[in-house]
Amino acid sequence: MDNHRLSYRFDVDGDNFTSAGEASVKVKKILRDIGFDPETIRRVSIAMYEGEINMVIHAGGGVADVIVEEDRIVIILTDQGPGIADIDLAMQEGFSTAPDNIRSLGFGAGMGLPNMKRYTDEMIIDSELGKGTKITMTVRV
Amino acid sequence: MKIADIADILGATVLCCEDKADREVNSACGSDMMSDVLAYVKNQAVLLTGLVNPQVIRTAEMMDMRCIVFVRSKAPTADMIALAEESGIVVMTTARRMYEACGMLYNNGLGNKE
Repeated sequence: MDNHRLSYRFDVDGDNFTSAGEASVKVKKILRDIGFDPETIRRVSIAMYEGEINMVIHAGGGVADVIVEEDRIVIILTDQGPGIADIDLAMQEGFSTAPDNIRSLGFGAGMGLPNMKRYTDEMIIDSELGKGTKITMTVRV
Repeated sequence: MKIADIADILGATVLCCEDKADREVNSACGSDMMSDVLAYVKNQAVLLTGLVNPQVIRTAEMMDMRCIVFVRSKAPTADMIALAEESGIVVMTTARRMYEACGMLYNNGLGNKE
C-alpha cells in the first residue's frame, strides 16, 4: 500500500436504528482484507460504530468518510443535525441527551464521545448549533 | 472452556454457527447496555445479554466476540441470526436469568481474565 490512499464514503441512514453500524462493519472488513493488525482494526471500527450510532440517535444520519493511508486511518463523520451545545459536557462520561427509547435499545449511556476519543489518537469536534457537527478521528498505525 | 461447554452448562439451544462451537473462550461479560460493552470490555469473547436487537450482534462483531448468549429465553430475530452468521458468531439462547447464567459459567471456570 506504499504511497497509496484509499477513500470510502458511506451514507448513514438517520431513520433506521436497525441499520446503524452497517458502514462500520463494512470498514472493518475492508481493513481486514488490506491486512491491518487486529488492534488497529478494532480501534477504528469501535470509534466509527459509536459515531455512526450517534449520528442516527442525534442528527438524523449523515455521511461517513474513511481515508486509509499507510500509516494512519482517518474517519470523518459529518451531519446536518442540531449541533452540540456544550462539547466539554458532551465529552463527560455518563452525560447523555439521548431519549429513553434509545436507552431501552442498549445505547445512550453517555459513553459514545468519550469512547471515540479513547479508541483514537486524535479527535477533533467541529460543531455549530443549528448547522451540524463534523468529527474527525485519526488512528495511527 | 469451549463454546459447546457453555451451551451444555446453561442448557442452551445453539441457534447458529454450531460448527464454530469447538472454539475456546477464556472470558465473558454480561450486560444489557451495549454502550458499556463498547466502553469497558476488552478481549472478552462471550457476551451474555437480555437485550434483543441487531445492535447486539454488531457490538459483538466490533469487539471481536465469538459467542452471544441470550438469557431469559430471549429469542433473536431471523435478521439478527443472519448478521451473526455473516460474522461467524455462535448465538445461543437459555432460559436461565442473567445472574444465574453468569454465576454458572463463573463457577465452571469461565472467569473474566482478559
